[in-house]
Amino acid sequence: MTLIKITTKKIALAVLAMAMTGTSLAADNVGFVYVSPIGDAGWTYQHDLGRLQLEKETGVTTSYVENVAEGADAERVIREMAKRGDKVIFATSFGYMNYALKVSKKFPKTAFVHATGYKLGKNMGLVNARFYEGRYLTGVIAGEMTKSNILGYVAAFPIPEVLQGINAFIKGARSVNPEAELRVIWVNSWYDPGKERQAAITLISQGADMVTHHTDSTAVVQAAEEEGVYAFGYHSDMSKYGPRAHLTATTHLWGDYYVQTIKQVQEGTWTPVSVWGGYPRGMIKLSPLNDVIPEALQNRISTMESQLRERTLHPFAGPVIDQSGSTIVPAGKNMTDDELNKMNYYLQGVVSTIPN
Amino acid sequence: MIRLEKRPEASQLMSYASPLIAIVLMLIGGLLLFAFLGKNPIEGFKVFFINPISDLYGVSELLLKATPLMLIAVGLAVGFRANVWNIGAEGQLIVGGIAASAVALYFYESEGIHILILMVIAGAIGGMLWAAIPAFLKTRFNTNEILVSLMLVYVAQLLVSWLVHGPMMDPDGFNFPQSRMFEDPALLPLLSDENRLNFAFVMAIGALLVGYVFMYRSFAGFQMQVAGYAKDAARYAGFSAKRMIWIGLLSGGGMAGLAGMSEVAGPMGQLTEHVSNNYGFAAIIVAFVARLNPVGIFFASLLMALLYLGGEQAQQYLALPSSISNVFQGMLLMFLLGSDVFINYRIRWKEATA
Repeated sequence: MTLIKITTKKIALAVLAMAMTGTSLAADNVGFVYVSPIGDAGWTYQHDLGRLQLEKETGVTTSYVENVAEGADAERVIREMAKRGDKVIFATSFGYMNYALKVSKKFPKTAFVHATGYKLGKNMGLVNARFYEGRYLTGVIAGEMTKSNILGYVAAFPIPEVLQGINAFIKGARSVNPEAELRVIWVNSWYDPGKERQAAITLISQGADMVTHHTDSTAVVQAAEEEGVYAFGYHSDMSKYGPRAHLTATTHLWGDYYVQTIKQVQEGTWTPVSVWGGYPRGMIKLSPLNDVIPEALQNRISTMESQLRERTLHPFAGPVIDQSGSTIVPAGKNMTDDELNKMNYYLQGVVSTIPN
Repeated sequence: MIRLEKRPEASQLMSYASPLIAIVLMLIGGLLLFAFLGKNPIEGFKVFFINPISDLYGVSELLLKATPLMLIAVGLAVGFRANVWNIGAEGQLIVGGIAASAVALYFYESEGIHILILMVIAGAIGGMLWAAIPAFLKTRFNTNEILVSLMLVYVAQLLVSWLVHGPMMDPDGFNFPQSRMFEDPALLPLLSDENRLNFAFVMAIGALLVGYVFMYRSFAGFQMQVAGYAKDAARYAGFSAKRMIWIGLLSGGGMAGLAGMSEVAGPMGQLTEHVSNNYGFAAIIVAFVARLNPVGIFFASLLMALLYLGGEQAQQYLALPSSISNVFQGMLLMFLLGSDVFINYRIRWKEATA
C-alpha cells in the first residue's frame, strides 16, 4: 500500500513539476535550421551528422528545415519551432543571428544556440569551432610535401574566420618550409562550384601544387584530382571526390557539443555561453590521411594533434609576423581570442593582397 | 480521336477559368505527390495549406510574404500588358533596397518621419534607375530588354555583395557582410505589436488600386493594352512605342525598388546580401497566374506566399525536402501554361475513321 502511495505521489509530483516548467520530457524536440540543402558534403552536412548523433545518443526527437535563406524567412521558421515547443533550437548559419535573437526574447523558456555569430542573449548561446587548428596541420603537410613551394587557397569572403584559416595554413607551412608562399583567390561566394573550380585551376596554372578552399563545394578537390596536384578538403571528408588528390580535410564535428547541450538543458544546468571549441573539445578533426603522406610525417601530424588536444600547441604562437613584416604577436606569447576575432590581415608568406 | 482546333476568337471564359483549373490541378497533383512520398495526402494537404494560416499570426506572415509579390507583380503587369518584358525585377528590388538603406544609414541616429519618406522615394528611384538601363538601351539601340534586364540582376547581386562587404558594412560587426541594424525611425511602422506585418502591406494595396485605375481607367493604360494586342494598330493610332517601353519598365522597376525598401525597412531591418529571395522572379509567375489583373494579383500573391509557407511546414512536420515549394510552384506554372492552350484552342472529338 505504502509503496503504491509513494509511487503515485512521486508521479503526481513529477507531473506537477512538468506542468510548472511547462515542459514534458516525452515531447522533447530539438529544431535545426540549415542554410543549404544537406547534400553529401559541406557545412550543413556536418551539422546534420551532429543532429543524427544527437538522436542516437540521447533519444530526443529532432526536426530540421533546410535551405532557409538568411533573410526575413528565417524568423518565421525559428518562431514556428519555438511556438510548437522545441526545447532547443540550433540556428546554424551566421545570417540567422538577428532573427534568432529576436525570437529568443519572445520565448524565454526555449534554449537557442546560434552558430558563428557574436550576439549572446539571455537564452541564446553561441557556438563556433576553431577551424584554424586543422588548417595549421594541413599547412604543415603542404609545406613538407610541396615541390614548387607555391600553395593555393580558394576563399569566400575576407571575414576573420576565413583569414584565420588562411593565416594558420601558411604559418603551418612556413613552420616546416620557410620558402613556401601562398596565393589566395577570392570567389565572393560561399557556394559557387563554377567559380571555385576556375579559381583552383588558375592557382594550379600559377604553379600551386597544393590547393585548399574555404568554400562549400567539392569543386577545388575535383579540380586538383583532374590536374594532378594535391588538395585539402574542408568541412567534410571529400576524399571520394578526389581519391588520389585528397590528402586530408579539416572536418567539423558538432555532435558531441549538441549532445552535451541537450543534456545540460534537460538537467537544467544550461546557460547561454559562447563556446569556441577546437581539438580539446573534439569539434575539429582531420579526416583519415592519404597513404601518399610519408609515414614519418603522418606520425608527426598525429603527435601535433595530441598537442593541440592538450593545448601545448597554439597555431598562432608568437612570433606572428604580418605581410608587411611587422610583429603582431611577439615570441613567447599566443594570440588572444579577441585578437583572433579581429583578424583583418595576411601573415608573412601570403603573396596576394586582401581586397578592399 | 481528339483534335485541337483553333477557336475563331480567344475564349474570355477560358482566360479566367484557366488559372483556377491550374490551381485545382496543382492541388490534385499535390495530393498524388504526398501519396507517392508515403504521406497521408489529407494530412499533407492540411500541413501544407491549412496549418500556415491556422492562426492570426500565420495570416499576418502570409500577408507579409505576399506584400513584395503584390508590389512587384502589379508594376510588372503594366509593362507585360504592352509586351514590355522586364525579367529583371529581382535586380531592381536589390538596387531599391540599397538606395533605401543608404538613406537609412545616412540618417543613422537621427529622428523624424522624413527618413522613411526619403527611403520610400529612394527605393522607388533606385529600382527605376536600374530598369532605366534596359529601357534606354531598348529605345536607343533596340536591344532585347529581356536579356538586358535579366543580366542586370547578376550585376545588382554583385553590387550589393560589394557594398555590404565594403562601404556599407557595419563598423561594429566584426567584418561580417551586413549593414548596421536600422533604428526605429528608419523602420516601417508595424500594423500590430503582435506580428511583423507592417505599413508596406498598406502600400501594396494602394499600389494595386493605382495599378487598377491606370490599367483600366486611364488613356495611357489603354494605349499600352492596344500596343500589347496589336503593335501596328497602336503605331497607326500614333501611340509612341518608346513611351510605352519607358512606362512599362519604370513602373516595374519602381515597384520592385519599393519592394526592396519594404524588405530592408521591414522584416529585415538591415541590408544584407540576401535582401531578395527570388521575389522578383516569383512575381512574374504571380503576374501571369493573375492574368495581369490587379485583383487577380492580390489573390495570386497570397497563393504564392502560401506555397512558400506551406513548404516550410511540410519540412518541419512531414520531413519533406525543401524543394517541395518549388515543386508546387512548378506544377502551378506548368498547369497554367497547359490550360492556357484552351484559350485559343478547343478540343474536338472526332470519330476514328478506318
